[in-house]
Amino acid sequence: MPRLERRPQPSARWTWLAPPLAVLVTMVAGGALFAALGENPFEAIRTIFWDPLFGEFAFYYRPQLLVKAAPLILIAIGLSLGFRAGIWNIGAEGQYIIGAITGAGAGLAFYPMEGWFIFPIMIVAGALGGFVWGMIPAILRARFGTNEILVSLMLVYVAEQLLAKMALGLLRNPEGRGFPGSRNLQHYPSAHNAELVANTGIHWGVVAALIAVIFAYVLLTRHLLGYQIKLAGQAPRAARFAGVNPARLVLICLGLSGALAGLAGMFEVAGPAGQITIDFNVGYGFTAIIVAFLGRLHPVGILLAGLLMALTYIGGEAASSTMQLPMAAIQIFQGMLLFFLLAVDVLTNYRVRARKTEVAP
Amino acid sequence: MSLSSIDATLLLASLIVAATPILLAALGELVVERAGVLNLGVEGMMITGAICGFAIAVQTGSPLVGFVAAAAGGAALALLFALLTQVALANQVASGLALTLFGLGLSALLGQGYVGIKPPPTARLDLGPLSDLPFVGRVLFSHDPVVYVALALVGAVWAFLKYSRAGLILRAVGENHDAAHALGYKVVRVRILAILFGGACAGLGGAYISLVRVPQWTEGMTSGAGWIALALVVFASWKAGRVLLGAWLFGGVTVLQLNLQAAGAAIPVEYLSMSPYLITIVVLVIMSFDKSRAPGSLGRIFHASQ
Amino acid sequence: MSTTLLSISGLTKAYPGVKANDDVSFEVAAGEVHALLGENGAGKSTLVKMIYGLVKPDSGTMTLRGAPFAPSEPRAARAAGVAMVFQHFSLFDAMSVAENIALGMERPPRLRDLATRIRDVSEQYGLPLDPGRRVGDLSAGERQRVEIIRCLLQDPKLLIMDEPTSVLTPQEVEILFATLRKLTAEGVSILYISHKLEEIRALCDRATILRQGRKVASCAPATTTARVMAERMVGGAFQTPTRATRATGDIALDIRDLSLPPASAFGTALKNVSLAVRQGEILGIGGVAGNGQDELLAALSGERRSPDDALRLFGTPIGRLGPEARRKRGLLCAPEERLGHAASPDMSLTENAFLTAKDRERLTTRGFIGWRAARGFAEKIISSFDVRTPGPDTAARALSGGNLQKFVIGREMLQRPEVFVVNQPTWGVDAAAAAAIRQALLDLTAKGAAVICISQDLDELMEISDRFAALNEGRLSDIRPAQALSVEEIGLMMGGAQDMEVAHAPA
Repeated sequence: MPRLERRPQPSARWTWLAPPLAVLVTMVAGGALFAALGENPFEAIRTIFWDPLFGEFAFYYRPQLLVKAAPLILIAIGLSLGFRAGIWNIGAEGQYIIGAITGAGAGLAFYPMEGWFIFPIMIVAGALGGFVWGMIPAILRARFGTNEILVSLMLVYVAEQLLAKMALGLLRNPEGRGFPGSRNLQHYPSAHNAELVANTGIHWGVVAALIAVIFAYVLLTRHLLGYQIKLAGQAPRAARFAGVNPARLVLICLGLSGALAGLAGMFEVAGPAGQITIDFNVGYGFTAIIVAFLGRLHPVGILLAGLLMALTYIGGEAASSTMQLPMAAIQIFQGMLLFFLLAVDVLTNYRVRARKTEVAP
Repeated sequence: MSLSSIDATLLLASLIVAATPILLAALGELVVERAGVLNLGVEGMMITGAICGFAIAVQTGSPLVGFVAAAAGGAALALLFALLTQVALANQVASGLALTLFGLGLSALLGQGYVGIKPPPTARLDLGPLSDLPFVGRVLFSHDPVVYVALALVGAVWAFLKYSRAGLILRAVGENHDAAHALGYKVVRVRILAILFGGACAGLGGAYISLVRVPQWTEGMTSGAGWIALALVVFASWKAGRVLLGAWLFGGVTVLQLNLQAAGAAIPVEYLSMSPYLITIVVLVIMSFDKSRAPGSLGRIFHASQ
Repeated sequence: MSTTLLSISGLTKAYPGVKANDDVSFEVAAGEVHALLGENGAGKSTLVKMIYGLVKPDSGTMTLRGAPFAPSEPRAARAAGVAMVFQHFSLFDAMSVAENIALGMERPPRLRDLATRIRDVSEQYGLPLDPGRRVGDLSAGERQRVEIIRCLLQDPKLLIMDEPTSVLTPQEVEILFATLRKLTAEGVSILYISHKLEEIRALCDRATILRQGRKVASCAPATTTARVMAERMVGGAFQTPTRATRATGDIALDIRDLSLPPASAFGTALKNVSLAVRQGEILGIGGVAGNGQDELLAALSGERRSPDDALRLFGTPIGRLGPEARRKRGLLCAPEERLGHAASPDMSLTENAFLTAKDRERLTTRGFIGWRAARGFAEKIISSFDVRTPGPDTAARALSGGNLQKFVIGREMLQRPEVFVVNQPTWGVDAAAAAAIRQALLDLTAKGAAVICISQDLDELMEISDRFAALNEGRLSDIRPAQALSVEEIGLMMGGAQDMEVAHAPA
């Protein structure tokens, strides 16, 4: 049986090779899964990964890529900072929902007034909503040492109930003939997060995602705070010795990732989704966890991983309409991707050696 | 709203039923964590167990076979986690999350043909005269066998950890894996077995939701029960007896809010529905003051360096 | 010493990059105390791990009582009559003494019966121990008793002891030696690992000396001088630090009635610690491990805050300041644990140089890091302190213990500390590097800095300290001039008053 041997330092080569390898292995395993479902695996893989970009209907799918990738990247960038520091915010889905509620709520409060200032106010409100939701587990952990994983996760379910309450109550469209759901912000020009360049899918959320990537890159490579985040994650005792305040880091990381998730929710509700509905959230907050890991918690990696994950969403939809491939299969596919990445990751820190023949006992 | 419409006997009886899934899952996770492993994939294993149990019970017409399949399904998913964390030495938090995400997808796929079907009923255990006792008979002695299995498991896990040699070794592995290794105990083997046990328990708990408590199949039907089970382990300070207490507490809250909803309480339905999660948070905060220690090696990666 | 108990022939074990053991052969006779002598990294640990079944040799054979012996796991070794007392890593804090002992036995009796046997054996060998207590609450010496009794309950033929005295006061060492002599009189052999020459001369019948994985000599310690053994162990003569005569100056750091509750369940509380250290002197603080050394360092580094007036640096209260603010004022520290506390294992040496030096070396501007300057500082540490490494981009964990220690100590010393606090400066460091580090400490005081050196190595403390104090259960003894102290007095200081009774217990 082969044996693992710890490398003296992490392999730079495998740090970059592991994600593509994981994608490749996932494609093989995914193909096997599709074959088991009675589909032609090659056709399925092509429909998911090739056709949306280069196929007949690429003109329709390509803009979708950025629309789907933007929230994933925005959320994942925030999560990655916390993950690096050993702070596990897994409730981004809840922060995303709250950001959408506060963002849309701020916009609808002005309805039907028009004005340039409305959209910026919505942006601030969305970020603030997510920030506050993220600060709940942050303060509980910093003040009482409460486990932030469980609290942030519980708050997702609370946020979902709040969303339902809002869609049925406070934010319900008064002209909606009693149907649940808010007014459609797409029909409210001052609040609409419209496409900035026609047929590209670029909206303000995409811009925000790019800014977040650059911001995170500079933070992690050049700034003291980025250094402290990495130090706290890799060696908590050394961080305290250096003078890093762990509680402050918890507040910053959870607050920042909450704000970014809230922003993502706000851009989504004001643009592609258009309105607050009971089923507004589709799991971006959870998929972003996969994106963050797949991107190695590195801003550029997250950018690429976000695009890839968006592709699986779009390709998955395409496959489900043309091949009747269930959407759940795509969810499994995404889960497998994270599995294989974690498995392949062992090669970054360990070397595999053939075990020498043992001395007989 | 009339609180008088809520029957105390019925309430307590359904409390025990409502507590059973999280009790099973939390007991499994307790053993896993006592072995020093943090498996955040409980939700994924529960939902996988829920659909495996449901599908097999429908196919065979036997709830018993369904429960066995659910345990096997949960354990199979747990095996993936074991391979990742014990063999490939992956981060346990990330692996647990991956397990949950994967389990949710897998269950949705497996469950496609089963939406809207009724499973075969799980018979109540006939305890003869005991079941006929007033009040106590209804509350305690008129349940299905799984309820008693779960209760027996509380005692079994407690005795196992406290009195058995294997339990002592398991605790030693969880407390200090380097020391256990130095004494010659197989850390990885012990942990893999514990993880499999945890998976089987979570699977059973999930199947209890889909076969008894609801009983039907809908996507994502565990709705956070796995996470509540994880919180229960913290609440219980890693002690089996207190898991039972916690499960009844949460079961009570769930049943009470459902009853309040049904009774048409003045509180909006959404606020009632979020109450179990809010109470979980409150309990977690209160437990942060309890300084009894988690197992010493919890969540740490073990690699025998020499 | 007639019959051979264990015979080892040609044992070899290689790890990537190093040959831990290279063709080692020797014999242990029945009823003798056999010393295994060597520096850190000489291969002693790997060798005994092979005997105990934790590591499998690449080649070579062993025989035990004439029969081939190749234990595949510790269980097999224990079954064959080999028991081992570890230096680290083999007790479970949250469990009771009896449970800990049961874990080290093949077929333990019921816990209640076991408790009785523990009491019997502990009385028989003069090692008092309460089976019901939690191990995490025990002192280092008591913890060692747990390990020894765990071994004795299995009637071992061969008892392996890995650096047993490093956690004991001189009086406790005497009790231990009495126990060991009692055992050898009963026919048990003891394989005794140490690098402390005087105690080997006092206890052992024969010695095998290892250097760089090879057996370089064997001798009878009673008739060989410590100097000769040391030179064989190190492979040549080595220099002892020299100190210039120095004048002490003003009080640099003043600690008054410092009390801190324990930071964790099994931590030690600091109780009314008071001391003052002057410019140009070294204050040595001795004591058995786990008596508050880490806690004292954390209180001085600023990782743990204290009442403002409890700590004064040149008269200014600093108790409530954090690590960064204290560094800016000239109070620098180097903790014992190199990997994970003094340095971040996965980060490069450049990043690790930045860890404590960002303010005094001005490595940031408005929050942005000057990596080029940080790299320059790392290179300066590497060259001034002779750190053997490919370069500043190497990860800290890739360095050997001694080299990383030189890096960590160099990092602080090059920042020109006014007061320097160091815990275990030479732990796990080879003799040459240790001498260099001690010399650097002396040089620092010559430049007028005040130094507090916390160490468990008494020889080291006696060599470099001007004054000496000892920590016992979080209390600091009186501070005495180091020159006038006898070993007996030091032992009493380390043991505190309450351990006197133990020292006089029938052995």
